[in-house]
Amino acid sequence: MSTLLFEENLPGGGLWSWVLRRHTTLRITDLEGGANVGLMAYNADAPLDRLNLPDSLKAQYTAKLTHGHILMSDMGRALLSLTADTVGWHDPLGGHGNAALVQQKYGEKNYQVARNDWYRNAHDNFLVELGKHGLGARDLVANVNFFSRLDVDDEGKMTFHPGNSKAGDSIDLRAEMNVLVVLTTCPHPLDPNPVYAPKPIQLSVLKTPPAAADDYCRNFRGENQRSFTLTERYFAGV
Amino acid sequence: MSTLIYTESTLDPADAIYDVTVPAGDGWMHEIKKGQTFRIVDLEGNQAADTLFYNAHDFSDRYSAQDTIRTQAGIYLTTGTKLMSSEGNTLLTIVADTCGRHDTLGGACAAESNQVRYDLEKRWMHSCRDTFMLQVLRWGRGATKADITHNINFFMNVPVTPEGGLRFADGVSAGGRYVEMRAEMDVVALISNCPQLNNPCNAYNPTPVRLLIWP
Repeated sequence: MSTLLFEENLPGGGLWSWVLRRHTTLRITDLEGGANVGLMAYNADAPLDRLNLPDSLKAQYTAKLTHGHILMSDMGRALLSLTADTVGWHDPLGGHGNAALVQQKYGEKNYQVARNDWYRNAHDNFLVELGKHGLGARDLVANVNFFSRLDVDDEGKMTFHPGNSKAGDSIDLRAEMNVLVVLTTCPHPLDPNPVYAPKPIQLSVLKTPPAAADDYCRNFRGENQRSFTLTERYFAGV
Repeated sequence: MSTLIYTESTLDPADAIYDVTVPAGDGWMHEIKKGQTFRIVDLEGNQAADTLFYNAHDFSDRYSAQDTIRTQAGIYLTTGTKLMSSEGNTLLTIVADTCGRHDTLGGACAAESNQVRYDLEKRWMHSCRDTFMLQVLRWGRGATKADITHNINFFMNVPVTPEGGLRFADGVSAGGRYVEMRAEMDVVALISNCPQLNNPCNAYNPTPVRLLIWP
């Protein structure tokens, strides 16, 4: 059914980007528990067509992400489908931290002193990976934080939910088009842990079949069916 | 329903240096200087003013919905909220609010998202992001679709449930309610006065907003 193409490990605080070919799947595994994976996504063939989280959330009436949900582009197309999830709740609200936040929360640990144990921040990691694909600050979009959860109370207050993801938990993201994925493993910006201790992940890229007519993500809602139709029209005639 | 806090302004519209009414379906793009006060009035009630802000001197430094809600660890915008930029700067601070709550999760309607949300045949209908597109291209200076990012929906109410659901709740605004903010740096404001006809958020009746600036 699916074939493993390759695997990589990424330590906490790390950065990575890849063009996932259409109908391949990125499996991300939380190796130790408590990982956070900030992720942005773009149509690799025309990156002005990009992840739009507000569109994705309102189309699926959700403020969390889990199995069945899809990430949509601002052109209404399905970019990535959450085809498997052992966690149950991923945060699309909290965004990511920058150098000022990391310094304020954890203090300073630069490369000169700490070598590769330095305190990296998600904002700079995103910029570095975007830059490798000819993108930059104007291409930053709202990001997902996979493996993390925020609880929102009646007053709108957001609180980090500890222990959301356990060692061995994983998600599968199936690419519905050629998708540039940009990700970082820096701590969630609202993680109250006063120690800079981001966790490692494993990245597995698999060849997987296209979404069938009865695919769970395609049929999760009528909105998802229409988003798949727009993606298939984009590839019409190919 | 949680607490809504109303804060009135002491500013007199007679003293404003700028005063314009923008009909539904129209756009507006204008510079607001550091220290100036900017007010948006919901003239007839429950009208969405879809709004973006930019650092006037560097468009790559722009309003960021996630940085704004992260900084205050809360999803609603109201008096005291600092509207944060993608580079960590405070663009404006909300200083008065007679509506009590504004949304920044729901984004702006678009031709393509209307296809997804309502019907594949809805692409032709007017939308906020088409308004943003025209305004941005007219503004020039290199601005493109990449500058149309995740906006504020002034006067809209979009609560999150404890189970992680997103609701488009009944409006908390009414005719004459307003939100007022002080520019903390030179900014450019971009507004689409929402034309949405597919959604009960505005009772299927988009209405004008009034925009004022005080020195």
